Amino acid sequence: MRLPLLALLARGPAHGYELKQDLEQLLGSAYPQPNVGQIYVTLGRLEKQGLIEGEDVQQSNRPNKKVYHLTESGREALRAWFEEPEDEPRVRDEFFMKLALAPQTGLADQIALINKQRRQYLNTMRNLSKLAAAENRDNRVAQLLIEGAMLHLQADLDWLERCQEELEELE
Amino acid sequence: MSDSPAPVLHAQGLLKTHYGEGAPAHAVRGVDLCVRQGEFVAVTGPSGAGKSTLLHLLGGLQRPDGGSIRLDGVPTDSWSEARWAVERRKRIGIVFQFFNLVSNLSVADNVELPALLAGVPPRQARAGREELLAELGLAGKERSMPGELSGGEQQRVALARALVNHPPLLLADEPAGSLDSKGTREVMRLLSRFHRRGQTIVLVTHDARLASAADRVISFFDGRIADDAELDGRPTRGTGISGVLELKD
Repeated sequence: MRLPLLALLARGPAHGYELKQDLEQLLGSAYPQPNVGQIYVTLGRLEKQGLIEGEDVQQSNRPNKKVYHLTESGREALRAWFEEPEDEPRVRDEFFMKLALAPQTGLADQIALINKQRRQYLNTMRNLSKLAAAENRDNRVAQLLIEGAMLHLQADLDWLERCQEELEELE
Repeated sequence: MSDSPAPVLHAQGLLKTHYGEGAPAHAVRGVDLCVRQGEFVAVTGPSGAGKSTLLHLLGGLQRPDGGSIRLDGVPTDSWSEARWAVERRKRIGIVFQFFNLVSNLSVADNVELPALLAGVPPRQARAGREELLAELGLAGKERSMPGELSGGEQQRVALARALVNHPPLLLADEPAGSLDSKGTREVMRLLSRFHRRGQTIVLVTHDARLASAADRVISFFDGRIADDAELDGRPTRGTGISGVLELKD
């Protein structure tokens, strides 16, 4: 969560709770709600690294709140973040190893493994569909996040289908 | 149990082989399938697995080489082509990948035609058409010709046509196969909505997103059912949905 918090601070100073709300608003219900404690811990680390600076602000009848702003090296870290492309998503290697090794062990059937895995993906796909239907349609970022997850899952399901086609031919 | 209603659809031992050039293609090889009232069943599988052939057998568009089909407990084995055509108007609504609308009839006429053919009085056919088109967001398009509509709109007209006679069973063959992802979501939303109202649906699709709208998914491979899974929509084990959505730290 380090870089997203830096990115939110690039607009201007904010305190921890504001950042939590900004993240929620941006990503909608699609993204597991960030824990406010986790945000404060991350902000503390970022401050230690000199990427942000906090300033105590007095509040009447309340404890002081700490308002953070981005430092020049924080801005530099953000630039570097935007500069680099990200790694490709991982192939589900654990499942692949199960599939590859099952015949030698005599402990599991490959087609049964595929069927079990497909059920899991389909159930997750169904939950994603429900989430997409429940999410505000105008929140494009949230909708795109869910759609991305569904397309990845679709690719995994297509791949399971390929595995099944190949393996059934051998039977 | 004897007084529980007969399944909407009950197929046993269905067989279908296509003879063309080259080796005979065993499209459907011994399929048993029971669909109960109110179920939404998706059949998925790679292209060429025979899932469309299966749907065509279930709708009487093709005849099986072996096996039997019962609709609401009624055996169909002895039905002629003409009888199937009549029954398709009453018992079975079908939507296809390429809509199959009558291109020189208006939207309104496309939807009313099956009602009129089934002997529904014209006034009632019109009322049914108006209600469905409004429901499907097509009010104001009655006078349009199918060719003037987008793919998504044409598929909604096809859905209205399939449902105008309130068939107990709706069959859908790749209904989003020629639509973009917006159109796909639209079809998905509408099928889910009709299902919630009790419509029994059998959907054939290669699109897992569409299939996940169903509450039962059958995986079809090489003419046979490889898996038949209820989707309970419960959180999946492991990280499931939040794991899929998690942004990397």
